[in-house]
Amino acid sequence: MIYEFDFSFLDEYGPDLWNGTLLTLWMTAISIIPGFILGTACAVGRLYGPPWLQRATTVYVEAIRNTPLVIQVFWLFFGLAVLSIRIDAFYAAVIALVINVGAYTAEIMRAGFESIPKGQVEAASCLALSRWQMLLYVQLPQAVERVYPALVSQFILMMLATSIMSQISAPELTGVAYQIQSFTFRGFEVYVVIAVVYLALVTLLRAVLLGLATVAFPRRRRLGTPL
Amino acid sequence: MLGLTVDHLLYIVRGAGWTLVLSLMGFVGGTIIGLPIALARSSRVWVLRAVSSAFVQLVQGIPLPVIMFVVYFGLSISGFELPALVAAGLAMTAYSGAYLGEIWKGCIEAVPKTQWEAAECLALTPMQRLADVILPQAMRIAIPPTVGFLVQIVKNTSYSVVIGFFDLTYSAKVINNSTYKPFTVFTIAAVLYFVICYPMSVMSRRFERKLKRA
Repeated sequence: MIYEFDFSFLDEYGPDLWNGTLLTLWMTAISIIPGFILGTACAVGRLYGPPWLQRATTVYVEAIRNTPLVIQVFWLFFGLAVLSIRIDAFYAAVIALVINVGAYTAEIMRAGFESIPKGQVEAASCLALSRWQMLLYVQLPQAVERVYPALVSQFILMMLATSIMSQISAPELTGVAYQIQSFTFRGFEVYVVIAVVYLALVTLLRAVLLGLATVAFPRRRRLGTPL
Repeated sequence: MLGLTVDHLLYIVRGAGWTLVLSLMGFVGGTIIGLPIALARSSRVWVLRAVSSAFVQLVQGIPLPVIMFVVYFGLSISGFELPALVAAGLAMTAYSGAYLGEIWKGCIEAVPKTQWEAAECLALTPMQRLADVILPQAMRIAIPPTVGFLVQIVKNTSYSVVIGFFDLTYSAKVINNSTYKPFTVFTIAAVLYFVICYPMSVMSRRFERKLKRA
C-alpha cells in the first residue's frame, strides 16, 4: 500500500495554525518574565534568606523538579474547577509554567550567584553598598551573565513544554494540530507540519535571546569569550 | 480512603508500573543510540559530526508530545498496527538518545587533551585510545549527569498521555474523570513520581560531590 500524502488541510486550517503559533509565543513570553523573577527570588532566598525561607524554597524547588509538568497543570486546572474557580485554560497554563520555570530558574540562578568570586562582594561592601544594592547592582548582573546560556536553554525547553497545554484544551499550536487532526484524519501530515513550525520557533527564540545577550553583556563580547 | 477505593489506587499503581517500563525502554534505547551519537559528535570526520548534530538539533527543537504524535501516526500510516507502547518507546528512544548523546559528548570532551596525546605516544591505535584511555575516564564524569537525566526521562514519559498510553499520568486522568477528586488523585500521582525521581536527584548530586572531591 502506498500512502498518499495530503497537505491540502493547510489551505483551510492555515489561519488556525497561525493563531496557535501566536498563542504559543504569547504563552511563552508572558511566562518567562514572571518565572525568571520568581526563580531569582527563590535563589536569593535559598542562599541568603533565614533558615525557614531556605527550607521553604528547597521544598518548592525539589517538589516541582521531581514531578512532571503535566501533573502540575492537571492538579491546578482540574483542582481550580472543583473549587468552582473558572479560569481560562490559557491562564491555568501560564500559572503552571511560571511555577514550573521558577523552580528550574532558581537552581540555575543559584549556580550563578555561587560562581561569583568572593572578592566582588567584599569590594562592594568596602564601597559601603547596602545589602540590597550589592545584590541588585553587583551580584545579580554578574550571575545572569554567567548563566545566560543555561537560561536560554531553559526558556526554550519551556516554549516546547507549552505543547502539553493542549491536554487542558488550550488552543496553542499542538492543541490546534490536535483539532485539525480530528477533523481531517491527517495526523501524520499535521504533526510533521507543526514539528517544522516548532523548529522555526526554537531557532527564532534562540536568535533573539542570544542577540539580546550581545547588547546586554557587551563586556563579554569585547573579551571575545563565547557566550 | 481519601475518597478513593482500593481499586482506584491499584489502577494508579498499575499506571506507575507502565511509567517505569516506558522509562526503562527510553533509557535502554537512548543508550543504544546515544553512545554512537556522542562518538559521532566528537569525531574528526565532518560527515558524522554533521549528521549527528542535525539529529540532535531536530529532536531538541521539537516538543516531545509532537515527536510522540509523529511516531504514532507515522507508524499507523506505514501500515503497522502497533500499540501506543511501541510509539511511545520509539519516541522516548529518540528523545533520550539526542540528550544523552549531547551529555556524553560533553563528557568525552571533558577528558583532558593530553590524555589523547599520551595514548598516542604509547603507540595505541585510535580505537584503543578511545576504548582503553578516554572512555573509562569519560564514564566517571558521565555518571552524575546521566543519573540526573534519568529524572527527566521518568518525568517526560508523562507526555505519552497524548497518544493515550496507559502510564501513571493517564491512569490518574482516568480516575479523576470518574471520581472528580483532582486534588487527591493528582497529589497521589505527583507523590508517586516524586518517590521515583527524588532518590535519583539525590544520587546524582552525591555523585557530583564525590567527583569534585576526587
